[in-house]
Amino acid sequence: MEKVLNINLKVWRQANPEVAGRFEEYKVETSPDSSFLEMFDVLNEQLINSGQEPVAFDHDCREGICGMCSMVINGRPHGPKKAVTTCQLHMRSFNDGDTVVVEPWRADAFPVIKDLTVNRSSFDKIIASGGYISVNTGNAVDANSMLIPKDDADTAFEAATCIGCGACVSACKNASAMLFVGAKVTQLATLPQGKAEREKRVVAMVNAMDAEGFGACSNTGACAAECPKGIPLSVIATLNKEYTKAKMKGF
Amino acid sequence: MKFLSFLFTSSIGRKLVMGATGLFLVSFLLVHCGINACVFVNDGGETFNAAADFMSENFFIRVAEIGLFLGLLWHVFQGLYLWLTNSKKRKAKYDKASGNENSKWYSRSMGLLGTLILIFLVLHLKHFWVVSRFTDHITSGDETLFQEMIEVFENPWVVLIYVLGCISLAYHLLHGFWSAFHTLGIDHKTYTPIIKSIGTAFSIVIPLIFALMPIAMHLGWIS
Amino acid sequence: MSLDSKIPKGDLANKWTEYKSSVPLVNPANKRNMEVIVVGTGLAGASAASTLAELGYKVKAFCFQDSPRRAHSIAAQGGINAAKNYQNDGDSTYRLFYDTIKGGDYRSREGNVHRLAEVSTNIIDQCVAQGVPFAREYGGTLSNRSFGGVQVQRTFYAAGQTGQQLLLGAYSALERQIGLGNVEMFARHEMLDVVKIDGVARGIIAKNLITGELERHFGHAVVLCTGGYGNVFYLSTNAMGSNVTAAWKAHKQGAMMANPCFTQIHPTCIPVSGAHQSKLTLMSESLRNDGRIWVPKKEGDDRNPNDIPEDERDYYLERRYPAFGNLVPRDVASRAAKERCDAGFGVGPSKMAVYLDFKYNLMNKYGKAEATKKGIANPDEDTLIALGKDVIKEKYGNLFDMYKQITDENPYETPMRIYPAVHYTMGGLWVDYELQTNVPGLYALGEANFSDHGANRLGASALMQGLADGYFVIPYTLGSYLSKDIRTASMPTDHESFDKAEKEVAARIEKLMSIKGTKSVESFHRRLGLIMWNKCGMARNAPDLKDAIAEIKALRAEFWSDVRIPGTDKGYNPELDKAGRVADFLELGELMCVDALSREESCGGHFREEFQTPEGEAKRDDDNYMYVASWESKAEGEWELHKENLEYENVKIAQRSYK
Repeated sequence: MEKVLNINLKVWRQANPEVAGRFEEYKVETSPDSSFLEMFDVLNEQLINSGQEPVAFDHDCREGICGMCSMVINGRPHGPKKAVTTCQLHMRSFNDGDTVVVEPWRADAFPVIKDLTVNRSSFDKIIASGGYISVNTGNAVDANSMLIPKDDADTAFEAATCIGCGACVSACKNASAMLFVGAKVTQLATLPQGKAEREKRVVAMVNAMDAEGFGACSNTGACAAECPKGIPLSVIATLNKEYTKAKMKGF
Repeated sequence: MKFLSFLFTSSIGRKLVMGATGLFLVSFLLVHCGINACVFVNDGGETFNAAADFMSENFFIRVAEIGLFLGLLWHVFQGLYLWLTNSKKRKAKYDKASGNENSKWYSRSMGLLGTLILIFLVLHLKHFWVVSRFTDHITSGDETLFQEMIEVFENPWVVLIYVLGCISLAYHLLHGFWSAFHTLGIDHKTYTPIIKSIGTAFSIVIPLIFALMPIAMHLGWIS
Repeated sequence: MSLDSKIPKGDLANKWTEYKSSVPLVNPANKRNMEVIVVGTGLAGASAASTLAELGYKVKAFCFQDSPRRAHSIAAQGGINAAKNYQNDGDSTYRLFYDTIKGGDYRSREGNVHRLAEVSTNIIDQCVAQGVPFAREYGGTLSNRSFGGVQVQRTFYAAGQTGQQLLLGAYSALERQIGLGNVEMFARHEMLDVVKIDGVARGIIAKNLITGELERHFGHAVVLCTGGYGNVFYLSTNAMGSNVTAAWKAHKQGAMMANPCFTQIHPTCIPVSGAHQSKLTLMSESLRNDGRIWVPKKEGDDRNPNDIPEDERDYYLERRYPAFGNLVPRDVASRAAKERCDAGFGVGPSKMAVYLDFKYNLMNKYGKAEATKKGIANPDEDTLIALGKDVIKEKYGNLFDMYKQITDENPYETPMRIYPAVHYTMGGLWVDYELQTNVPGLYALGEANFSDHGANRLGASALMQGLADGYFVIPYTLGSYLSKDIRTASMPTDHESFDKAEKEVAARIEKLMSIKGTKSVESFHRRLGLIMWNKCGMARNAPDLKDAIAEIKALRAEFWSDVRIPGTDKGYNPELDKAGRVADFLELGELMCVDALSREESCGGHFREEFQTPEGEAKRDDDNYMYVASWESKAEGEWELHKENLEYENVKIAQRSYK
């Protein structure tokens, strides 16, 4: 006999950005082995079968890497477990009879599209402003002609594992995007390839970040604590340093 | 100087101001605390009064005082501005908040703690700074600053407010000390843990010394 | 219709060089007037869109996700191949070419594959220049590991998330061009038809998934980089949104589907745990470098794997294929796992799993090396395990964590349980050497085309192909096409062909919404998946395939009369979008079975039970089936087969052997 969990869900429903949203309560029976999103699949199947509209939520790869899933579960982005995305959170982390509150990422820079789906295009705009190395295809030299110390490669890699989900913004009391921006700036400023335009990059990205309506960082560390990829808070210190240096140089 | 405009316009620039002025104020606290600690010599305020006289008569200190007030005001107004603007970045609030799962309450309450400290500060300045600078109460030699303290701290409500002010300061520093370094871009495998330890010690010891003064005077340990 | 693969004449090693140096070009002033539509923003799409924009073309890029960075290339784990020979272990362009042809069981084109091997080295250079943080040695040079079906170390990697790092590299190049205004990006848009004017692809109809509105977009050429169709099986390692719709619409507009039955079943995935399951998760092939695959020798052995002594374990891959052992190609490893499980030796609650065990290498390979390094004499078992664990963690930490998260078992202590799952589709839109489909102006890149992997893809080659197509092939080949089109001005989208196409798309949506049946889209998808997995999966036979065709036809009819789609066609309605995709899968599934039925041989991932050697290996029929099966859509459920014969001038055809 397979174990079954009865979960009481309180889910944010909002038909579109213009109308006010509200919480709806549902009951779902689920296997402890199913993922949080599979539990939502069951809920949606129930809703469809009873003639109601299913809950809209973003998801795609369901293996914790695409960064699309985005639920605030009992007040915490991606739920109660450390370093786990919503799609990799399994129902065995909950108890039979639990009430679970599910809300969308909340930040003015991430407006709700529908239910639990939000618009995160502001992140793309930040990257478009300078989160790259300006190298056209075909310009590259042999990959091994540039020796990169393993420690630097590892630091860059750690920062580069950001999946752009936005949990940092949703956790931050200021809805600040500095962990996201700091991760990209750290990755590219650590590597020799990225040094040529590091000043221009950091200034452009911070300007874009401010323009998109994210708050300022107050170092509470909530972002790093909730980051499903464990991006360290130190990337924000690097961002501050890079930015200040660039500004002092007149960029 | 146009290139410094970012200190007023960008998110990181503003935070930089908070960190830098914060550290400046921390240095002031150290001096202030050192002079106040003279009361614990318990020589009827002789040492303390001498130090206080030096501070009020030395030209350089008086100039630095102007800087101190500018720094304080910058810290206060920039802080209040950030508090206000940051709180507007999420108009739809979460139904269920669990901030304590991912951060410390005092790190999220710097605006509130700072405001409490500011209220305390107004009272504190009225008690001593205004009295010593703008009345001839003390300069005329009727009374020393030490005697003024003994008088003010006779009132138990004043003592309570001072103690609460010091507690606010302690928590403000507990986050602010380390955070200032972080904002200034200092992060290091070895040094950051040291900075954090110093910050914690500073946040406990300095406010404790400050708080002990009104308590000691009120209870008559010092006279 | 004759299929001209347009492989350049001449020596294999010089074909691409000669092509590049003789191909007609478009001058920079003209490029600015040429518009190109790129659909999909994975490795192929993002690299194509950014590179074309760098060259000066006006590019419009589309993706159905909320950001181009989400494309499923991001989930690729293990690595990317390149014939750099940095390890001095005998690698070369020819060897990569040869391994790929052989791995594909001699069903791919020599010309295309050689070009792929040639440009593989440029890809690594390009990615490093973009800031992709590949794994490195202490000396600062790039690190390599080995993958299945290969005896050299040519795989570059970034821990277990190489796809993510490569995609973010391509994505940042794309975002740069967006920021410069050279690419116009349409996220949360889905292509719902190709618009042809005078038989030439001239644009697309796309749906804005948020508003529900249909949009018309003109392009001098349309480039599809929309990935594979593994989700036809419902359960696969693909992302939930991965779909065949764009490719299928192209197919319905005349583009041929080639070898649609060539599906890759990946041997190392986390087994299905229950009916709630929505997708399967891959455990990277790189794990086979250090994990040994086994089942108990005794049928139905229920003991804890750690309690089963060494001599009662059957390391069946090492037993059957001593030369390649655990690193045989994917199709071979998958079939061998299925064979053991079908014979009753499977493990775990479902008995449909085998063990992937790290203990041996953890102790003997890494533990002992670490002990020697540290000067520990005669270390005991616990010390070896502790030492080896750190090395394994460094190499595969994120995969082990993911495994634990999903199964609630600790793979450092108990062996992983794995089973094959649908992972990749070698088949796809037929393209020539220039990556152009048989519809002029319509191109297909990456997994969406069929061209490079034959009947089985080697590990770490999908990333290579996606980026090769996007960065280094399409910029030349599309230029060749557009150079003849410079006199065509941008066309207004009120042309009657756009009208007609949009009306048809709208009518289909209306039809879907008007069914108002009783069953959810998901339930149909699930049922289709079961038919496909059971009858057109790892092993196929004629009676099953015939059944499957009939069942799919019936299911399709049921879908169109009984599907329930809540909501309206206005605004954001993910159920409606999913319905459109499942409707296309319901047509594609049938074609896959038709193709599998017509190919009366076993090759690569296509295993027909009727055609096997006495040892149970795939038995090819080169005399009759050495061709690309290209299917032209005639009407719903009707196709005409066109054969493109494969010619091997440089590789000696042989029975594949990994023994």
